[in-house]
Amino acid sequence: MSVERGQGEIVCGFIPLTDCATLVVAREFGFAAEEGVDLVLRREASWSNIRDKMALGLFDAAHMLAPMPLAMSLGLSAFAAPIHAPFVLSVNGDVFGVSQALASRISAAQGSVFFDEPRLAADALASAADRRPLRVGVPWLFSMHTVLTDYWLGRCGFDLDREIALNVVPPPFMSEALAAGEIDLFCVGEPWGSAAGESGAGALVLSAASIWSFAPEKVLGVGEPLLRDRPETLAALLRALYRAAEWASRPMHRGAIAEVLSRPEYVDAPAELIERALSGSLIVSGAGEVRNTPRALELFGSAATFPWRSQAAWIAARLVDRHGLDADLAARASDVFRPDVYRSAVSRIAPNLPAASAKLEGAMPQAVEAPGVSGSLRLGPDQFFDESVFDPNQL
Amino acid sequence: MSTRIAVIDPDRERALLIVDGLKEAGENDIHVIGDDTGVARRLAEINPDIVLIDLENPSRDVMEQVAHASGAMERPVAMFVDRSDEGMIRSAIEAGVSAYVVDGLRKERIKPVLEAAIARFHSIARLRAELDATKAALAERKILDRAKGILMKAKGLSEEEAYGALRRAAMDQNRKISEIAQSIVTAAELLK
Repeated sequence: MSVERGQGEIVCGFIPLTDCATLVVAREFGFAAEEGVDLVLRREASWSNIRDKMALGLFDAAHMLAPMPLAMSLGLSAFAAPIHAPFVLSVNGDVFGVSQALASRISAAQGSVFFDEPRLAADALASAADRRPLRVGVPWLFSMHTVLTDYWLGRCGFDLDREIALNVVPPPFMSEALAAGEIDLFCVGEPWGSAAGESGAGALVLSAASIWSFAPEKVLGVGEPLLRDRPETLAALLRALYRAAEWASRPMHRGAIAEVLSRPEYVDAPAELIERALSGSLIVSGAGEVRNTPRALELFGSAATFPWRSQAAWIAARLVDRHGLDADLAARASDVFRPDVYRSAVSRIAPNLPAASAKLEGAMPQAVEAPGVSGSLRLGPDQFFDESVFDPNQL
Repeated sequence: MSTRIAVIDPDRERALLIVDGLKEAGENDIHVIGDDTGVARRLAEINPDIVLIDLENPSRDVMEQVAHASGAMERPVAMFVDRSDEGMIRSAIEAGVSAYVVDGLRKERIKPVLEAAIARFHSIARLRAELDATKAALAERKILDRAKGILMKAKGLSEEEAYGALRRAAMDQNRKISEIAQSIVTAAELLK
């Protein structure tokens, strides 16, 4: 079922977070209009709304958590529907924090709280926590937040079934949930992590990039009708997003973007907080302690917008593992990332795209010059904290 | 047997309107959850047959988890995703409400509740739109009065003449009279 659309019109849902920046820039700074796309942005209060409106065809496309299209096609979440991901809207950008009670105990024992080193942080957590399971606040069940929480704590010796309990908490309520003693630990996208740090309700311990230094965070989810019936309009949107992401990634434009994002119809949060999030500067505690994290939120660099099939395969492998599904499903689910659709749209304006559509995930401790379609291009760094390397052909 | 319904809505006024609508629809035992935190705990206490939640409420994602992992409640909860009734799901989503029902609840008990909720959400949306329109009209009225006052003072006009001048300018420039009034007020503030 779909709804009538005007010429070039694309109705796209989004959640008020810093990483909806590329969509907002595409609309507000004219990139969509230049491509002949009337990009209509609809703010939603929950990921469940985004899923339902995509499944029912009320939206053509949406800002989605990277695991969402996979979970929808695996039938893990209600309203199964085929959703494609032909563009990555952001890489990294999530942070982990602890409640004030835990922060006090950790800092008494260790002298500091913000480690940005997953093993040290997990050890400190294991000795400071006075209860099991640890209650972890995450924005949605099928998100990079849960996938990275599981990966980090699971690989650091926590028993995920007995020692960890995931509690869904909408990002704007994270500080309240901490203050009310409902969660011990949380993982959330900026600016809500810094908001919790600044409020003194909690303190940050890690940037999620310290767990996986190149984790696709949000993607553009596209419904079947737009992909099948209006491929030219979709291609025009992808070109507009590519140019918007390139523009948005330049440090000199951060102030202007933060100003627009802060408006009530978008993120509705102070511009200063958003500008900090765009530049990767975190407020880690109520004392106003600020820390800069490398590779905090990547909108464009290192081919960040390219939807690697291997990224989808890694996420699919985690979902299949966690939810006890048939391993064959992982390979099929990873087909929802669509580098082919990206290539055919974007190569017209950016010919030097990655030569491959899948790579070994976690195999680039430093940035490297990799083969592109016409010349070389810079990729990475892309590494897991436990130095494991994921080969998508294993699926 | 009455149906136990939980309405999750931090907006008290709207929650009461929905409760009224549900009472008219039948013998229902209705509970309102107004706080943003502790939604999962309150749901476990109430143990409802049907949960109604406003789509503008971010706590919908919390409800989703409760529905997904029934551990938080005594009875398993499944989301109301009856594919045979996609029309009703769609009407509900378009009206701005989502419903979750316990597994096995009979359709004839779900339908009147959902229909009443959809009707109430539509009428609340209409009320809000009317209120917004009234507020906007009032604001325009105030600006118009201020613009008239400015013209009367600056050019020694009567109220009627000031209004006439505004109307002529609007017609000449093919703009709304409220836009002309706004320009005069803005200009007067800058020239103060």
